[in-house]
Amino acid sequence: MLKILKGGLQTSVQDLGRTGFQKYGVIASGVMDPFAHRLANLIVGNDERFATLEISLVGPKIQFTEDTLIALCGGDLSPKMDGTAIKMWRMLVMKKDSILTFGEPRIGARCYLAVAGGIKVAELMGSRSTYLRAGIGGFQGRSLAKGDEIHSDEMTPLQVKALKRNSESEFDWLIPPVRYFEEPIIRIIKGKQFDLFNDSSKEQIFTEAFTVSGNSDRMGYRLEGPNLALEKPTELISEAVAFGSVQVPSDGNPIILMADRQTTGGYPKIGQVASVDLPLIAQLKQGQGLRFKEISLVDAQQRLIEQEQHIREIKASIQLKQEEWK
Amino acid sequence: MKASFSPLGDQAIAVELGNKIDEETEKQVRKLSVLLESRQPEWLIEVIPAFTTVSVFYDPCVATYDVVKMEMKELLEQLGEDLPIQSRTIEIPVCYGGEFGPDLEFVAQHNNLTAREVIEIHTSGDYSVHMIGFAPGFPFIGGMSEKIAAPRRDSPRLRIPERTVGIAGNQTGAYPIETPGGWQLIGRTPIRLFRPEDDIPSLLQAGDRIIFKEISERAYYEWEEEQNAENT
Repeated sequence: MLKILKGGLQTSVQDLGRTGFQKYGVIASGVMDPFAHRLANLIVGNDERFATLEISLVGPKIQFTEDTLIALCGGDLSPKMDGTAIKMWRMLVMKKDSILTFGEPRIGARCYLAVAGGIKVAELMGSRSTYLRAGIGGFQGRSLAKGDEIHSDEMTPLQVKALKRNSESEFDWLIPPVRYFEEPIIRIIKGKQFDLFNDSSKEQIFTEAFTVSGNSDRMGYRLEGPNLALEKPTELISEAVAFGSVQVPSDGNPIILMADRQTTGGYPKIGQVASVDLPLIAQLKQGQGLRFKEISLVDAQQRLIEQEQHIREIKASIQLKQEEWK
Repeated sequence: MKASFSPLGDQAIAVELGNKIDEETEKQVRKLSVLLESRQPEWLIEVIPAFTTVSVFYDPCVATYDVVKMEMKELLEQLGEDLPIQSRTIEIPVCYGGEFGPDLEFVAQHNNLTAREVIEIHTSGDYSVHMIGFAPGFPFIGGMSEKIAAPRRDSPRLRIPERTVGIAGNQTGAYPIETPGGWQLIGRTPIRLFRPEDDIPSLLQAGDRIIFKEISERAYYEWEEEQNAENT
């Protein structure tokens, strides 16, 4: 069991999100950085679809009431076990009664905590993700707070063996960490309404830098930078949006839609972030900058397929390591 | 039939079936959505119908954009008139005015009508649900009379209680969950529109016909009480 001694800024139960319910207006939710989430699960020997804790900027304080395996992937929020700094991107043994804390956010904004067996909460509409706005799903539909008691599901026999076998708190292998950048270059595919924008906007989107504004959250990242505008005011008919849609409201400041985006929107979309670059945005903090670069649809899909192959390779090498646990 | 395709990023395709909100386009949107969901191509993840578009989320590791587009074109050719589309009619009871509908008077004055006339016009419209979006179970309903159209509030309310029925422009709808919003509020329904525990979490679906029916405050509370009892 995980006893929450402090909730942190926003710590919520998330998985890969809800699919199939957007036509009913139900937002997808799910992790902001799917790559880090999937790796954290794989490292501890979980299915990548299991629920993890998404920890944002100011981490929680958690006491573990029994021995278990954990992994932390994503943004580096200076994790500590009983006061000693611990490493990320590898499997760790959490001993009974030890306490996990976090410190300064060093690089990145969101850290994923995977626990052997996965975070155990009831599924709602096929997912364990917290739908914060509707107050449902995950753990009581909300972020974690002091006093909450979170359970993990049963470990596999292999995970139990791994736990018994290791007296050290750190396993000696790690997954190459993802590099997050101070001012990333985000690749975008031109949006459906790209051609409705005026010439300077069409140019500035790819040449100027943008800054993440304070009004950024799981729903969307609001950006500040050059003012983008349509060639002539056009009233659009609402249609579906996606994770990474870059839409521009009439104030001219683009918004990148993230995990908790609404299902439909009526603002013009100047672009769409390539799926492989979504983690880079999810890990940005307020005040950080970013630049956009064009990518073709074919290239974006190719990169995504390569990323999936990469994950499969990591999975295979983890499985090799797991042989040693037997 | 005429349709244009465009990528919605690298994991979805938007199919546009018309460029204005009308019955014919709406019918095509529904037919395509139903056909896709019954065929379940292996690349399909989910379908989001809207006013004039059907957005289809797919797995690019199974099929690339060009393949999905080609298969969608083939599907479109099969959208004959014979594809049966069932239409449900759903009655939504509304208690108008008072604390449930604080803007009923404003809507009346704005249109030089009495509150009673607004209610009569609102309950006699021929409504259909164009799409569900914005919030879980939130219906965009067409078919409201221009006679009771009203502008959005200058500054949106921070909290609108769930199940409140409102008017914005010539649209009407109801807020399924508590949310901020700028619509003019004319009443409230005791019926839950968002039902997360059900297999289909939204009472309303695109294509449904709607009838608004006036109920008394007493009937409203009885209904609400009954519903709460069922849920505990």
